[in-house]
Amino acid sequence: MTKKQKIMLLRVVVAAALTIILHFVPVTGAMQLLLYLVPYLIAGYDVLRKAFLGIKGGQVFDENFLMAVATIGALALGSYGEGVEVMVFYQIGELFQSYAVGRSRRSITQLMDIRPDSANIERDGEIEEVDPDDVAVGDVIVVRPGERVPLDGQVIEGASTLNTSALTGESLPREIGVGDEIISGCVNESGLLRVRVTKCFDESTVSRILDLVENSSLKKARAENFITKFARYYTPAVCAGALLLALVPPLFVGGWLEWIRRALTFLVISCPCALVISIPLSFFGGIGGASRAGILVKGGNYLEALADTRTIVFDKTGTLTRGVFAVSDALPAPGVDAKALLETAALAEIYSNHPISRSLREAITAPLDANRVDEVREIAGHGLTARVDDRLVAVGNARLMSQLKIAFTPCEKPGTVVYVAENNRFIGAVVISDQVKPTARRAIDRLRAQGIRTVMLTGDAESVAQAVGETLGIDFIRAELLPEDKVKNVEALLKDQRPREKLAFVGDGINDAPVLSRADIGIAMGGIGSDAAIEAADIVLMDDDPAKISLAMRISRKCLRVVRENIVFALGVKAACLILGALGITGMQAAIFADVGVMVLAVLNATRTLVPVKDEA
Amino acid sequence: MKKKFKIEVDCANCAAKMEEAVKKVEGVTDATVSFMTQKLAIEADDCRFDAIMAEVVKACKKVEPDCEIYLK
Repeated sequence: MTKKQKIMLLRVVVAAALTIILHFVPVTGAMQLLLYLVPYLIAGYDVLRKAFLGIKGGQVFDENFLMAVATIGALALGSYGEGVEVMVFYQIGELFQSYAVGRSRRSITQLMDIRPDSANIERDGEIEEVDPDDVAVGDVIVVRPGERVPLDGQVIEGASTLNTSALTGESLPREIGVGDEIISGCVNESGLLRVRVTKCFDESTVSRILDLVENSSLKKARAENFITKFARYYTPAVCAGALLLALVPPLFVGGWLEWIRRALTFLVISCPCALVISIPLSFFGGIGGASRAGILVKGGNYLEALADTRTIVFDKTGTLTRGVFAVSDALPAPGVDAKALLETAALAEIYSNHPISRSLREAITAPLDANRVDEVREIAGHGLTARVDDRLVAVGNARLMSQLKIAFTPCEKPGTVVYVAENNRFIGAVVISDQVKPTARRAIDRLRAQGIRTVMLTGDAESVAQAVGETLGIDFIRAELLPEDKVKNVEALLKDQRPREKLAFVGDGINDAPVLSRADIGIAMGGIGSDAAIEAADIVLMDDDPAKISLAMRISRKCLRVVRENIVFALGVKAACLILGALGITGMQAAIFADVGVMVLAVLNATRTLVPVKDEA
Repeated sequence: MKKKFKIEVDCANCAAKMEEAVKKVEGVTDATVSFMTQKLAIEADDCRFDAIMAEVVKACKKVEPDCEIYLK
């Protein structure tokens, strides 16, 4: 509790105790009023002060003013106890609200507590602890085990494992060594690292993420704007209702005092706080919870749009697939061992730097002995021939086989096919293709289970696209697209949507900035360290796990559900109180009790959005 | 010019009212008040920025006398 809140608590407790005691004090008339004024002023002097300042400033529909009118009205009508109780309850509500909001504000800040306090800079062989702000690009810093990496940089000495969970939500540590880029916000787990700083603190990942999360509450959701607008009309409308209630019915049925009492009940319910507080709190909680899972949402409006998303368009390379080539299939000719086929191909390609050669070599776990290979001859655009253990080996595409007049079995599999021949005899084919990410299948399954239509757009060949699409179970596939075709396709899909439905595009942030901004929601993947992605997208997935998309959708839906619950619940209770109050069934005490109760429940409900959503379908 | 200021405001509805009031100040093109992060983001005329900010503070004090805007 802050000092302000503690004082408030003391005031409320003292006022409440005095009110209870006064119930049993047998005095009447002016003396009783005087005694009741003591707890009344202890609890509500600031309300009266603000009400007075409000009138001076022309703020008639200020809740302080309304509370002041209602309670003074009650005192004037002779219901001293009632007037004081309403004021005490109102203040209890305010206190609880400020406490609850402060707590969730703090817990969200703690979630995002990745700001490093200091950096150990190395100057003339001495290590000095400085503010991360004072470190310049090119400086060398030392990161000890257990410390948070303060600035983005490149490792120049040491090896360690990094815990990136604060940034990505991924608990598996990442191995790093000399030459690797490391990003601020990660925790160094094991070894001492010397790092050359590549970005100043303001441009480092930590600063950018914190900035993004803090600014997210400035982009307000439709629901939030609706509620603040609603509040602007609600309070005057209820006040007008109160005035009518006090003036009109008594003209016909008489009983002025009773109708004024009912009108005062109206004023008590006219405060829109419960509604107005719970909506931004829900969104803030949802955004905070998402960022803990490594999903950065740039605003409440995007969280809201995500909950309405019915179509998700994926880029293929780098999003659903790794964007790295690897051996996906070995098809040995009859009588040839698959392992021998791969080893022969890898040995022949041992000196080559071509990506295809590299993936061939990576398919072999055992070390390759370069001494077994000589007479390598590269034939540009075809492949190469080499002597491996006195065997003449040819590795290349179909054209190479035709050129060498070697009979071979053509392979129809999608991807790049490498044919291998030994002493002019075909021994098999190796298929190299981009690998589907291990979590991609699960990601698509979960989205389909949530009723989402999935679309894949790619610049890749039709056969490759079809193969990937079939493995993953994607609904629509468009292949062989130029970057501008992707925009056109997304625009066509946007036109196809029913009103209020939203479309999200998921890309890796490379070359797809136009599509990211054209879609209702742009989701960039693997956002860590990529400025372009963080800039162009509305939602950034910190790691490149596509399964995070369904998680983000579930977080957004839960958040919006809470928002809707709160709106319906708070409005419902207020409406009920207004009707019962107008009929004279409930009095002021019941009204303030209901009002504070609704607010407490709405705030508690809103804090539910902070609870992490389980990552399961 | 776009700028952000730290603010102190105790109730959500007051924050919403402050936002309305700030938007109406002459020279302010756009403004947002975030109750949750206690921030005021404002976009206003470059050359008169300081004068505009003085107006903004006045407007805010009028709707919520207890609010605080930290002009750094």
